[in-house]
Amino acid sequence: MTTLGKTAGGLYWMFRYLERSENTARMVDVGQRIALTRSSDDDEWASVLQAAGTYEGYLAKHGEVTRDHAIDWMLRDADNPSSVLSVVSTARDNARVVRTALTREVWEAVNEAYITLKGAMARRIGDRELQDVLRLVRQRAAFVRGATHGTMLRNDVYDFCRLGMFTERADCTARILDVKYFVLLPAAAAVGSRLDDIQWETILRSVSGVGAYRMRFGQQLRPREVADFLIHDRTMPRSLAFCARKLRENLDYLAEDYGARMHSHEVVADMNDKKLAQPIDEIFQSGLHEFLVDFQGCIASLSSQIEIDYRFYR
Amino acid sequence: MNDSAIFDEMWGHGETPRAPYADIDGWFNQEDPARLRRKAREAEALFRLTGITFNVYGDKAAGERLIPFDIVPRVIAGREWERLSRGIEQRVRAINAFLHDIYHRQEILRAGRVPVEAIARNAAFLPEMIGVDPPGGVYTHIVGTDLVRTGEDEFYVLEDNARTPSGVSYMLENRETMLAMFPELFMKTRVRQVSSYPAMLHRSLCASAPTHANGKPVVAVLTPGSYNSAYYEHSFLADKMGVQLVEGHDLRVVDGRVAMRTTQGYQPIDVLYRRVDDDWIDPLNFNPDSALGVPGIMDVYRAGGLTLANAPGTGIADDKAIYSYMPEIVEFYTGEKAILKNVPTWRCAEREALAYVLDNLPELVVKEVHGSGGYGMLIGPTASKKELAAFRQKLKARPGNYIAQPTLSLSTVPIFTRAGLAPRHVDLRPFVLVSPEGVTITPGGLTRVALKKGSLVVNSSQGGGTKDTWVLEE
Repeated sequence: MTTLGKTAGGLYWMFRYLERSENTARMVDVGQRIALTRSSDDDEWASVLQAAGTYEGYLAKHGEVTRDHAIDWMLRDADNPSSVLSVVSTARDNARVVRTALTREVWEAVNEAYITLKGAMARRIGDRELQDVLRLVRQRAAFVRGATHGTMLRNDVYDFCRLGMFTERADCTARILDVKYFVLLPAAAAVGSRLDDIQWETILRSVSGVGAYRMRFGQQLRPREVADFLIHDRTMPRSLAFCARKLRENLDYLAEDYGARMHSHEVVADMNDKKLAQPIDEIFQSGLHEFLVDFQGCIASLSSQIEIDYRFYR
Repeated sequence: MNDSAIFDEMWGHGETPRAPYADIDGWFNQEDPARLRRKAREAEALFRLTGITFNVYGDKAAGERLIPFDIVPRVIAGREWERLSRGIEQRVRAINAFLHDIYHRQEILRAGRVPVEAIARNAAFLPEMIGVDPPGGVYTHIVGTDLVRTGEDEFYVLEDNARTPSGVSYMLENRETMLAMFPELFMKTRVRQVSSYPAMLHRSLCASAPTHANGKPVVAVLTPGSYNSAYYEHSFLADKMGVQLVEGHDLRVVDGRVAMRTTQGYQPIDVLYRRVDDDWIDPLNFNPDSALGVPGIMDVYRAGGLTLANAPGTGIADDKAIYSYMPEIVEFYTGEKAILKNVPTWRCAEREALAYVLDNLPELVVKEVHGSGGYGMLIGPTASKKELAAFRQKLKARPGNYIAQPTLSLSTVPIFTRAGLAPRHVDLRPFVLVSPEGVTITPGGLTRVALKKGSLVVNSSQGGGTKDTWVLEE
């Protein structure tokens, strides 16, 4: 059966938004954790807001950064299009539009995620409920992923879901890595300090990678290894290399299905074979920040190329 | 038991349940009311999860609403259904013959059975359809005939809904919900199934395709979009039929065909089940402000490149002023007396009728000729003096805009309330499919029920609910 361009676009964005809901929840968790483990001023929240890509919007509304406002902004503020509640609602709107391309299980998982989270976040979330709410967000995203994995046919529809998910995830990991490195460690002075350790652990935690890192590299958290792990590790499901490979695979399935390779295939090949082929030392030499900015640009152009190639809008 | 003068479908006028309701009565008596209350709540949660919600026009703040569902089924005996469906089929065939005639030779006007003014001055008449032959000769592929009952053998047609009738998804989901919640009921009672409706709809649409489709037509459902009040139903039907759900901006005219934008380019469509009204379907030919339609689709249609279901211009057949001529229309085209009754109707455009209506307003129901959804109507017996006075003015100002009918004492069916079973007024909308292969009526339909005691307004937009509708095997 053919797939409408609109449907492909709806699926792509539905899964981008769902992925974002989980990432945002994880970032709030990290911010909260730092606040609890050391006597912090609210600078931490500024960096969390930056990692979530919503710092400017936040400042426009609140002026100064406070913990309560930051958490509320990231989780449930309707003025923030990337708040968890906003993205889950947008994901569900997209799901409604592409309803016929989804299985009943996937639709119900998304709809239930929306109903449940809307209920759980109807009021400002107190300290005692925060962990429960964050767990609920992660759990609901996992339900949708599970229903998708378990019930959807492995055809072009599935490919567009996966493309959305891995695009968002790659973008998010790059952003976390960039903000943490660039904002929090402007001077080499802090390297090796206890503060440094906490920062790097924070990065890993926000991509659920602490345990995995320790298995690979041991207890000592070193910037080079952490960056290498999050950029190059092919077994780490949130690393740039992992996401880039999945993007390529899914585009390849589409090419096979449709019997046509598009410009997107060149963009994703470039991302895998050139950008991510640089060894970590080379990246550090020419600047991690520059690399990450470049990579995010690459993700953005892949996203708009997919949109053009598969006729999301015209 | 029923001690009121109104016919109750479970109790009749007596103390023992009528035969079709014997099993329901037995079931209810041995059920624990607390369990039933819990079940009723479960049903609501189930509907929310399914997303079978609707948006109320002009009421954004209200967000998504759920049409209340009552767990007591409405039961129709096989024999009763037999007669109803014969009557509906006769009526639907007459409507299609009428539409063909009105847009071609207009024999019925020449014969003087329907006055020329009733057509000529009617906004629902579409001059663009004159001389057009829809593929397969079918105008109304989908009809939802609204019926009410007033006694053991008294059924009336209230409206013929020949444009884009909705509600069939409720017929199907209500049954699914009852099957899931009370499977034991269906083991005892043999209820005719409704679940094949989407398959029959698909078959019926395919059979109505233009000949160039060569037996493998591409079918799609056209929706105004996800903010439309019936969007759930549009996506539901597309999903169950396994066809694309498209919006106006997914479509464009390419090489004389209507085509949809897919991930691999434009693909032509043969049959479009459109849930967009005539006015909005083509900004080039009708309302130029419409963003819901497809520019030029009417030209493709007139050239035979596409089947539109229903055909444009079918509104002339379910118009409330034309309704009053239905007995003549049925007789004119079928040569038979109408099996189903028409509600006596005063056309306020006629001087004598208007005088009668103004004199008897407190006993009558007055409806707008082009209205739907229960908006803009007056129910005389329950209206206040002020409302009556206001309506009197409206009637005098634009009499042609209204028809009036006696207030029928609609039958009741029990609903489940905290105090036990309580009678409420109902109507019935069976769904009819028409194709060159014939007429198919799904045994069942949508029963709408006024949840407020004594209320006659069953419309979901005004607080009505729904019930599962059972047609029993003979």
